[in-house]
Amino acid sequence: MSFINYMAREINCKIVYYGPGLCGKTTNLQFIYERTNPDAKGKMISLATETERTLFFDFLPLSLGEIRGFKTRFHLYTVPGQVFYDASRKLILKGVDGVIFVADSQMERLEANLESMDNLRDNLAEQGYDIEKVPFVIQYNKRDLPNVVPLDELRAELNPRGVPDFEANARDGTGVFETLKAVSKLVLNELRKSGAG
Amino acid sequence: MVNPQMVMYEEEFTQIQTVVDRLVKEANAKVVFIVDKNGQLIAASGDVEEIDTTSLASLTAGNIAATGGIAKLLRENEFATQFHEGENQNIHIQLVGNRVILVVIFDTKSSLGLVRLRVRKATEELSKIFEDLVNKVQEPGAASPFGEITDDDIDSLFND
Repeated sequence: MSFINYMAREINCKIVYYGPGLCGKTTNLQFIYERTNPDAKGKMISLATETERTLFFDFLPLSLGEIRGFKTRFHLYTVPGQVFYDASRKLILKGVDGVIFVADSQMERLEANLESMDNLRDNLAEQGYDIEKVPFVIQYNKRDLPNVVPLDELRAELNPRGVPDFEANARDGTGVFETLKAVSKLVLNELRKSGAG
Repeated sequence: MVNPQMVMYEEEFTQIQTVVDRLVKEANAKVVFIVDKNGQLIAASGDVEEIDTTSLASLTAGNIAATGGIAKLLRENEFATQFHEGENQNIHIQLVGNRVILVVIFDTKSSLGLVRLRVRKATEELSKIFEDLVNKVQEPGAASPFGEITDDDIDSLFND
């Protein structure tokens, strides 16, 4: 649920990075944080365990610029990927405007990806969202590793609807901004539709 | 969409800011701020320059969400009030009308009793304002200014 503030002339949107444990959600945010101009970003917050696994969420506020005199701000969140943190994942999806599913391209993680995708669909439905209607993109991460599932196969498994999807290597930043831009555009398009309606 | 869009207009913002400004004074607080349940900062007052209000807003909302999750497990409706006591500063968090969160940060110049008393009064006023705001947003004709944005407007954000 975006927040339009006429007083501050601001529009705020919430983007959530979803995906199985260790797929690279936090790494996406870290890369965005490192490569963004200091004026355009706030502090990055990570609520993580001592072993740097996400416990609750990571948070990064970004300013994209102005549309029609309104400052556009995006709040990026990650969910904890590990299966047993499901209660926390549900909370973070509340009020979401756009979702990025980060898939781990490695062969041995294919099942974890599928499980996480099902979990996303269920958790969105529980909040009253339909995965087919929410602005949604997919990122196939870790394409640089040797044991990856071929792209066609990943697509067939994870993206039967053909939503915008991107190959990535979040460690060196390949595909990170492309993914974010794609979901941001979908979110703004959605705003346009709801504004016109 | 499940939730109505959160929109803030000048008239309501001014009313909210008045309540928040007064609460800072009456409760001898350092900072008072209001956040929506999704972590967006709505209004703030007091020594706000010293703190990162965006981060605080997101963490407070996370905190309320987690507490709400616990409440649900215990079959409670909500835990509407939270209090965290530090060595030098304390934080009082109050859910208002199950929509927004009122946060008061205070130190030894104030006391929990005073803060609770003032928060109670402010909560009543804020509930009313937010209720009116929600009704106003749902009125027909309250379309957002984004109905007229073009592809070029959107593209221009990403030309860097």
